[in-house]
Amino acid sequence: MTSDIMANSPTAAESVSGGVTRFSLRGGWTLAASRGLERQAQSLVEKGRKAESVVVDLSGIDRLDTAGALLVNRAREALERAGATVAIEGVRAEHRILLDETTFSLVSTPAKRTLLIVDLLVDVGLSLVDGLHEFYRGTGFLGEFVAALGRTVLSPRLFRGTSLIYQMEVFGLRSIPIILLINIAVGAIVAQQGIFQLMRFGATSYSVDLIGILVLRELGVLLTSIMIAGRCGSAITAELGSMKMREEVDALRVMGLSPIEVLVVPRVLALVFSLPLLTFIADMAALFGGLLVSWSYAGISPPAFLSLLQEAIGVNTFMVGIIKAPFMALVIGLISTQDGLATMGSAESLGRQVTAAVVKGIFMVIIVDGCFAMFFATISY
Amino acid sequence: MNAASETTRPIPEVLISVRGLIVEFGAHRVMNGLDLDIYRGEVLGFVGGSGQGKSVLMRTILGLVQKREGAIRLFGHDRDGLPPLELRRLEQRWGVLFQNGALFSSLTVKQNIQMPMRESRDLSQRFMDDLAMLKLKLVGLPPDSAEKLPSELSGGMIKRAALARALALDPELVFLDEPTSGLDPIGAADFDELIATLQKTLGLTVFMVTHDLDSLYSVCDRVAALAEGKVIGEGSLEDLLASDQPWLRAYFHGTRGSRLIGARKGKTDGQAPPQ
Ligand SMILES: Nc1ncnc2c1ncn2[C@@H]1O[C@H](COP(=O)(O)OP(=O)(O)O)[C@@H](O)[C@H]1O
Ligand SMILES: [Mg+2]
Repeated sequence: MTSDIMANSPTAAESVSGGVTRFSLRGGWTLAASRGLERQAQSLVEKGRKAESVVVDLSGIDRLDTAGALLVNRAREALERAGATVAIEGVRAEHRILLDETTFSLVSTPAKRTLLIVDLLVDVGLSLVDGLHEFYRGTGFLGEFVAALGRTVLSPRLFRGTSLIYQMEVFGLRSIPIILLINIAVGAIVAQQGIFQLMRFGATSYSVDLIGILVLRELGVLLTSIMIAGRCGSAITAELGSMKMREEVDALRVMGLSPIEVLVVPRVLALVFSLPLLTFIADMAALFGGLLVSWSYAGISPPAFLSLLQEAIGVNTFMVGIIKAPFMALVIGLISTQDGLATMGSAESLGRQVTAAVVKGIFMVIIVDGCFAMFFATISY
Repeated sequence: MNAASETTRPIPEVLISVRGLIVEFGAHRVMNGLDLDIYRGEVLGFVGGSGQGKSVLMRTILGLVQKREGAIRLFGHDRDGLPPLELRRLEQRWGVLFQNGALFSSLTVKQNIQMPMRESRDLSQRFMDDLAMLKLKLVGLPPDSAEKLPSELSGGMIKRAALARALALDPELVFLDEPTSGLDPIGAADFDELIATLQKTLGLTVFMVTHDLDSLYSVCDRVAALAEGKVIGEGSLEDLLASDQPWLRAYFHGTRGSRLIGARKGKTDGQAPPQ
């Protein structure tokens, strides 16, 4: 029985007598009819527009819901605007309530009309201002972080050791396998390319210099930082972002705790401690990968590789890479925590923040690396 | 109690019927052979202690939680025997107000209300805008809330907006999970009144999980009480008040309950509706 009603489509039969146009509505005037309902209401207006006097007879209707009632009301308004007098007849008590409830005037929102070029300029201006704001907030955040760090140093009671160790396990220890894997691969690729290109000049043994310097100065720390920005930066942003969304951050604040101290400091410090260690592991893994390829591809035995390496690099080569690591960690940590805490209420905002944190993190890691390259070149280290 | 249920009393049509329902989470049995009927046109209040499984029952009827055993009939069809397409059609005949609103956080209130229309009806954008504004008016939200995001609304407004979304397709049946919890007494009373009005104007059937004794008094035609995975009492509020069941006695005749009942009795003495 109910499915019959659902299938019952709305109709409006028209009959004209003595200047009065009479519409007898039948069927189910409900939202179940989708577009059919709208079309029927539209036809009422079109057919009745010319008439002086229109009668809408609802007595034959099976079902009426708010959508149907709204359309009947809207049709009446449109006909009255066109100059007809409209009477609604045969209304049952329950339909009367619906018709009354659905009478309301639409507050029309004026449509915005703008020029494309103006929109474009506005967009460019807005994103520039956004960028500056971002930089301003970032600087402020760095200041807050340093202040919180200072407070923690002054009163070690505030120091959250457990949290720090836990975060170091998550960000550091758990990252070791993937760091090992990609760095062995990259070391091997650099060695293979170096040997292949230098073979033509009969300078195969210089490939060891290439591997040592490239990996220790640049690749080890850069790849590790990018990996960590992707792996841990996103996790930090997502975690802090969902805490922000569920008012957990506000809960901390009202307990008199600073979210920077409780959430940001342990995470950033964990990254700052973990990244140099991971960089060391990455360096060793890449050298190992290079050693393997040199041995199998160019026939440089491991003892020969090691003595060539010893001549090629000094402690400073190694230190250049390691010194950069804590700064990379600071950049990644600050960007991801700040973006996490900047999440607004919606799920979409969280997704946007995570993406932004990873992209900005990787971008800034490369910029910082460039700055260090210039710095070390200037002081000829 | 109200005119609609008076006239349908001879053959009350059962919209939802639950028989011998068993629901378990691991070893934890939440529903233990529960029976319940929801009749057309009534407002059924569903009470029970926190964690007794009121939400779980609602979610099981809606198909969000798997049952272990038992039968659920929706609008006269056995849930298990329904082909997926038919089930989707039936699902459009009810609306749900979740305990914390569950508005889509990245959509505005208007888009939230239009979501069900957009997904299962073919309507022009203009008409959908018109309908959305109508629903906002029905649930008593100001027109300017249409363009707001859920995060910009207060708790009471979120419940109203979620109710507007539940009503988007003009359902016959609405499930409300603690609609007045977290609202101030005036807001809660307003919401009760709103539900009563909507129920009368739209001819709705309402299944309302609630802790609010005021709601039970003011809007519910019938009350069912849940404890230990079963419905331990069912009937008019007066029947439950007179019951000797220990949990019901504790619930209705505890300090808060009896204070309220005392106050109501004083107010309505002599003109209480005949039951
Ligand atoms: N998804 C789930 N997994 C495991 N246990 C659940 C789940 N959902 C609910 N429960 C348990 O079922 C019981 C009833 O929960 P609920 O229906 O939310 O209570 P309430 O009556 O307060 O609405 C609780 O003991 C809860 O721990
Ligand atoms: Mg619940």
